[in-house]
Amino acid sequence: MRLTLTVNGEAREVDGVWEGASLLYALREHLDLPGSKNACEQGECGSCSVYLDGQLVCACLVLAAQAEGRDVVTVEGIGGGDADGVHEVQRAFVEAGGVQCGFCTPGLIVASHDLLRRNPRPSDPEIREALAGNLCRCTGYEKILDAVRLAGERMASQT
Amino acid sequence: MQVLQPDSWQEALELKAEHPDAVPIAGGTDLMVELNFDRSRPATILDLTRIAELTDWGPENGHLRIGAGVTYARLIAEVGDRLPGLAIASRTVGSPQIRNRGTVGGNLGTSSPAGDALPPLFASDAEVELASRTGTRRIPVGEFVTGPKRNCLAEDELIAAFHIAPAGGPQQFAKIGTRNAMVIAVCSLALSVWPERRGVAACIGSAGPTPIRCSEAEQFIAGVLDEHDLWGTRTPLPEAALTSFGQLIERSARPIDDVRGSARYRHHALGVLARRTLTWAWEAYRCA
Repeated sequence: MRLTLTVNGEAREVDGVWEGASLLYALREHLDLPGSKNACEQGECGSCSVYLDGQLVCACLVLAAQAEGRDVVTVEGIGGGDADGVHEVQRAFVEAGGVQCGFCTPGLIVASHDLLRRNPRPSDPEIREALAGNLCRCTGYEKILDAVRLAGERMASQT
Repeated sequence: MQVLQPDSWQEALELKAEHPDAVPIAGGTDLMVELNFDRSRPATILDLTRIAELTDWGPENGHLRIGAGVTYARLIAEVGDRLPGLAIASRTVGSPQIRNRGTVGGNLGTSSPAGDALPPLFASDAEVELASRTGTRRIPVGEFVTGPKRNCLAEDELIAAFHIAPAGGPQQFAKIGTRNAMVIAVCSLALSVWPERRGVAACIGSAGPTPIRCSEAEQFIAGVLDEHDLWGTRTPLPEAALTSFGQLIERSARPIDDVRGSARYRHHALGVLARRTLTWAWEAYRCA
């Protein structure tokens, strides 16, 4: 089937997408956007977190056809607005040591971005709740929490 | 494989009549796992996410009619004050990503005994609204779910909505799992207090082939509350009554041993959840 949608602000159209494919598969294999990671394929790990019409979702649980005509933002589109193409959340993850093997990072960036755009000064329980759907097997999460706090402080001081 | 994408409810019902084997998809949190793991290859998928009517909710004859496509995130934010038991259960569903997509309609359609939204629906005597090209029918949720992952949905029908009374008193829900997020319930319990009709309703989840209403425990505790006029005096529940209530709930369960827990553990845990949820709910009633 043909899939027409907006990805990271750009109108895209691809042919030959299997009707049973997930949005994650379409992003990675048809739209050349491998930032969203494919791990559990059952919504458990959050590595494929993207925005679908502004809502945080697991791309592996969205049927590609359901994204027809919709607006998708992936981790590749998060930094688009900033001068150097790196968002404050991404910078904070690097500086705080929130990235080790890096596999969970794209999903955590999108989920953290979603939290901080709604609530720039989240409490620790709010951070833990917002990131409960994203698994990391390296960091032990402490440095990820540091990164979210750091990004939140910087984003709050900018506005 | 073909994907049908109706824009209206009427069109969806027409398509379901023409394609009785079509598998409905809303949030995809159940069906996409089946597809991704190659466990099922339906010939036809019926996408319900373009139908605005399914995402509506509102009051109707003193009850709430909630469209099958309303997500858990919206339930919590928009109706949580009127349906606190369902809201507590909804907060235990998956993760933010899952709650942004998953729907009670999907929970009903899957009819898993572990569906988190089901015990609160049972404890409020909710009704499921089913629709087909030829008409609409409403069925008590306890009759709708007929077995593990089985329900009485006919092949030309779709789940339109559920009808539920707003809380008449405190409501609680508690769930056992290895962590707070992303957990399939080992067992769960929904409890709702109905001061106007002087009753307490309780429903067990994930410890039997379907959610189980605990009528014996409900009758027992209603008797205790009446006998001591606790509705009027709002005094604490006698410790012995709490213990007996827990034992009766434990006995109502029909769990199995499986990967998530043993039957014996589930019996025990449900007794604990029963005492806890009743204590919390009764404290809330006393302080109201």
